Amino acid sequence: MTGAPAADEREAVLEVQGVDVHLGNRQVLSDVSFTVGANDFTGLIGANGAGKTTLMRVILGLQPPSSGRVRISGREGRHRSTIGYVPQKFVFDPDMPLRARDLVALGIDAQRWGIALPSRSRRERVEAMLAAVNGLQFADTRIGRLSGGEQQRVLIAHALISEPTLLLLDEPLANLDPASTQEVVSLLAKIAAEQNIAVLISAHEMNPLLPVLDRIIYVAAGRAASGRTDEVVRADVLSKLYGDHVDVLHVHGRVLVVTGAGEGLDLHGHEGAITDGEVLR
Amino acid sequence: MSGFLSPVFEPGFFASAQVHVALEVGTVVALVAAAVGSFAVLRGQSFAGEALSDVGTAGGSGAFLVGVGPLWGFLVLGAAAACAMELIGVQRPRGRDLATGIVLGAGLGLAALFFSLVAEYRDTTGAPVTVLFGSLFTVSASLTPAIAALSVAGLALVLALYRPLLLSSASAELAAARGLPVRLIGVLYLVALVLAVALASLTIGTILSTGLLVGPAASAMRLTARPVRALLMAGLLGVAAVWLGVLLAYDSFYWPPVGHGWPVSFFVVALVMVFYLASGLPRALGARKRRRSAAGEAA
Repeated sequence: MTGAPAADEREAVLEVQGVDVHLGNRQVLSDVSFTVGANDFTGLIGANGAGKTTLMRVILGLQPPSSGRVRISGREGRHRSTIGYVPQKFVFDPDMPLRARDLVALGIDAQRWGIALPSRSRRERVEAMLAAVNGLQFADTRIGRLSGGEQQRVLIAHALISEPTLLLLDEPLANLDPASTQEVVSLLAKIAAEQNIAVLISAHEMNPLLPVLDRIIYVAAGRAASGRTDEVVRADVLSKLYGDHVDVLHVHGRVLVVTGAGEGLDLHGHEGAITDGEVLR
Repeated sequence: MSGFLSPVFEPGFFASAQVHVALEVGTVVALVAAAVGSFAVLRGQSFAGEALSDVGTAGGSGAFLVGVGPLWGFLVLGAAAACAMELIGVQRPRGRDLATGIVLGAGLGLAALFFSLVAEYRDTTGAPVTVLFGSLFTVSASLTPAIAALSVAGLALVLALYRPLLLSSASAELAAARGLPVRLIGVLYLVALVLAVALASLTIGTILSTGLLVGPAASAMRLTARPVRALLMAGLLGVAAVWLGVLLAYDSFYWPPVGHGWPVSFFVVALVMVFYLASGLPRALGARKRRRSAAGEAA
């Protein structure tokens, strides 16, 4: 994705400036700044516990930052109607009387009073959205009886149906097998292009996302570096970020980030290659 | 209504003023209990409803002590218990059991004290039975306007909140991410729960009220995957349980011991139980059918 204009030259959907977050006595994020432009497909990459979920909560307005500010479509404060959100963990009771189509419909008007009157245009809108996530075949199934991957597609439809300008997904690829991972990644890339929407997706493993990412925000040690993938995933940038020597290896078309040289190797941004063994020896 | 139906409708059923009041009160209370109960099941707050009714026992016995109707005792102590549960943390899943258990224990302790004081200072006999097991036939006609008003209030609250309440019950995280005031919705729902539990306690007693609250809702959820239809079916099942219960209780006057009559509360909760068991049948039969056809394909 070379040749993309710099973030500040484009229309910014999300601007995060100098955000600090303290949870109790612990500083989780310090001076985090980045911009997400309209139609950007951005990866929020970092090891588990790096602060990705906290950053998402700050963007959603659920976690007030100790300092710094978040602007969404140029405005500060709570404008969540312009953000669609897919949480990391979701558990729906299998017996709950709520079909996939009901949850998607709640994405349109959950903030309204009373019971929604039956409406053909509403039903068609819900079905079009379910079709966009390849979920029409389980529209009438209880949400709790769907597989994890199917539930995730329904949640994506729920998040997108209100036509947000920014879609946040918290670790959507965690707990998916490699085939489902590919499926979700290509689905998201297709949706981002079709719906004309900016996507911010968090992951501890960047390799499946690299083919579709326009930009990357790399979070480590409470700090963040952002830019095009080739600008960020470099030994000098990440070494500065971690405050430690970091190697970035390109092996078999995958990127491996190797940290913690002093106390045994720690690999980030990869999964699978370590089982080959040859990478480490 | 004479002739072939007379074995079903005993003489005087439709002329009895008591029956009229029982059917009127039973209907509105069954409706509000079903609507509120549906969300209690969705939110996993059935136990909270149970605790509110146990605290209601203290309210009902306290009402006998000061000489007012038990409904007001159910409402006042139910509201106090709801506040206590909210403060201890009924909204957090982990705090929920804890909050409920503590409040429940305190409520039943108070009830023990109040009942012993009622026995000492009041010449009301049967206060514990009235409070614990209720009776639709003893509800005074003068109370019906108040009961109707409270039922309408509870029902209106749940229906007005329907969509935000449904999303925050299905997933508090999704609701919060959309900017819905999840905590406020939870508190308003708790108000509806207090109303529904007080009304159900008056109708079939504090310890049986959970049956009317949760039973029809849980049955309806097994029968349909559609949220609005589940709500309507819960109301229908609740009303059916109350009407059939009143009918059977009236008929039971002629059953042994003759001239005594079986408690209407027994019939209502027994019917709720029957409905719940029956609601599991379609799925059980479906599973059997699937197994059989799978076996057929294998063979």
